[in-house]
Amino acid sequence: MKATPTHAAAAEEFLKDEERSHWHDDTLWHVRSKRDVAAQKIPEWEQLRTNASQVKDHVLSNMDKLLLQFEKNATENGIEVLWAKDAEEHNQHILRILEEYQVKNLVKSKSILTEECGLNHFLEDKGYDVVDTDLGERIIQFNKQVPSHIVMPAIHLKKKEIGDIFHKHLGTDEGADDPAYLTEAARQHLRQKFIQARVAITGVNFGIAETGGFVVCTNEGNADMGTHLADVHIACMGIEKLVPRAADLGVFLRLLARSATGQSITNYTSHFHRPREGKKLYLILVDNGRTDQLGREDFRNSLKCIRCGACMNTCPIYRRSSGFSYNSTVPGPIGSILSPGMDLKKHSTLPFASTLCGSCTDVCPVKINIHEQLYKWRQVITKEGPSQPSKKWAMRFGGNVMSKPKLFDLMGNLARKSLSISPRGFVYNSFNAWGKHRELPEVPKESFKEWYRKNRKQ
Amino acid sequence: MVPKKQEAMNSSKEAIIAAIKKNKPDLLPLPEHPEFPYGDNLIEQFQASIKLNGGAARTGEGKMAIQSYLKENFTPDNQVLSLVEGITGNFDIKNVQDPHELEHIEVAVLEGDWGVVENAAIWLPEEKIVHRALPFIAQHLIVLLKIDRLLGNMHEVYQKINVAGPGYGVFVAGPSKTADIEQSLIIGAHGPRSMVVFLME
Repeated sequence: MKATPTHAAAAEEFLKDEERSHWHDDTLWHVRSKRDVAAQKIPEWEQLRTNASQVKDHVLSNMDKLLLQFEKNATENGIEVLWAKDAEEHNQHILRILEEYQVKNLVKSKSILTEECGLNHFLEDKGYDVVDTDLGERIIQFNKQVPSHIVMPAIHLKKKEIGDIFHKHLGTDEGADDPAYLTEAARQHLRQKFIQARVAITGVNFGIAETGGFVVCTNEGNADMGTHLADVHIACMGIEKLVPRAADLGVFLRLLARSATGQSITNYTSHFHRPREGKKLYLILVDNGRTDQLGREDFRNSLKCIRCGACMNTCPIYRRSSGFSYNSTVPGPIGSILSPGMDLKKHSTLPFASTLCGSCTDVCPVKINIHEQLYKWRQVITKEGPSQPSKKWAMRFGGNVMSKPKLFDLMGNLARKSLSISPRGFVYNSFNAWGKHRELPEVPKESFKEWYRKNRKQ
Repeated sequence: MVPKKQEAMNSSKEAIIAAIKKNKPDLLPLPEHPEFPYGDNLIEQFQASIKLNGGAARTGEGKMAIQSYLKENFTPDNQVLSLVEGITGNFDIKNVQDPHELEHIEVAVLEGDWGVVENAAIWLPEEKIVHRALPFIAQHLIVLLKIDRLLGNMHEVYQKINVAGPGYGVFVAGPSKTADIEQSLIIGAHGPRSMVVFLME
């Protein structure tokens, strides 16, 4: 099996196209700016964040009881609740339902959980036609890619590329890249799929324990177009997506869309409590590593995430390296603290894909201490043995030098002298990662210690 | 005898619940949410909010205004479905058994239950839309909302409604929209290509 490239190596690939990387950076920053405008309009914003965080703290500390309450109420509502301990069991549940209804094609709205479970590939390998109906997801599905962002799945593609993809798959005019024209083509294409589908799959934004219902948010209305026309609705939900009371939705819905894109709310916020008469509604509750994460004291509150993507939009690393460089279903800062819990070896470079600037923590609507957890994962990973030997030796050498004051002075002196006379190629080469794409600071003539000694005498 | 799949399912449920019990932290309290002020000028706030969402809201006109809006913007061969008393359409929902029959509805006229001024979210419980698909499958949407049904923010609306009362309920805050192609806002992704709210006494 091919090893997963490090984040730095994958990012380097993305950065080769300088124009695109700047465009990506600017686009995401624009979204972050819209978030700021929306948040600043709400005087009680910080209070909402605090309350949302506390609600989720309560949920994590009481999850067993809330889940059982949720299951009981949902079942009484006529929803069939299924449990899945891992991705495989989740996928098998869906396969069994499809077999039972003898359905070969289905429509799906955005669900990061089903991405995490690899549902599309699982079903496609068995001959099912799975149609993603969110426009961004349909684009990347045509392009045989995965989402590069959890809210804006096709944010890495330019309209020209999307025009080419639609020309190939939907027969739009060659070279046409007007977003309105392309969206209209997708609308016509997907309307047929909605009309034909007998099974619709959706994700879940919030499960309400006290009422046994759940909420799905979209702007396009694709989740609703799918479910209200199909005979069977399958909703897939991570067990951490619970809120105890309907009143808690008031807090979370005020935060979610503002944090995500700067909108005050998504245009559709749908509350499902019972299936349509004579129709079927399944809800799959998925663990897939979440209970393990709950047991990690330093990392458990990553489970408070409501998947708004604000941490991605603000992250200087994400903006300049794009979602694919993370090789993780959830990319960006939150992905970098969630994914090591799923597979530490595969995702061992992600906690290092950060400047630890803390901007992610500042914008997080549920106050997850993301940058602190990144730092803690680094410690876990380094203890288990760093994956890159060069880093290991450099750290050992640095530690040695810094623990011996005389040696430190000597090395500093040597470095100052040698750096100022070294030829450029000696300093800026493949051994010096800090010299890539940037100039080293000018070498000072003396150390601070020397300067202090000299000036203090005066 | 318990069927095999049922047995496996129960064991997954038990395993998940047992793992949570083992791994969860000590119980932390559930906070109460305070009430937040939202100022006056509810109508203006609502209009500003829905504009940002890609929709529009009109005021000061009676049901006649909706009727003339329909006349100005739609042709007699368009399917018009009205669920608002006093507004006549040409498509009777009573005859609809299967929501697929709504496929060619050009415009639906509905009455909202509550409207929230901070974001223009209008609560449409199942009984106000009859078929869940209706507010999505129609090409255009007109919503009548009584001015005394305007509320400040989401906290207030959740105090007023019983989310579990209807089998389904939705906050609609504007037309169907997307920005998935280079962040260009396009109205009319899958559902309504326009949404106009008539605010009335």
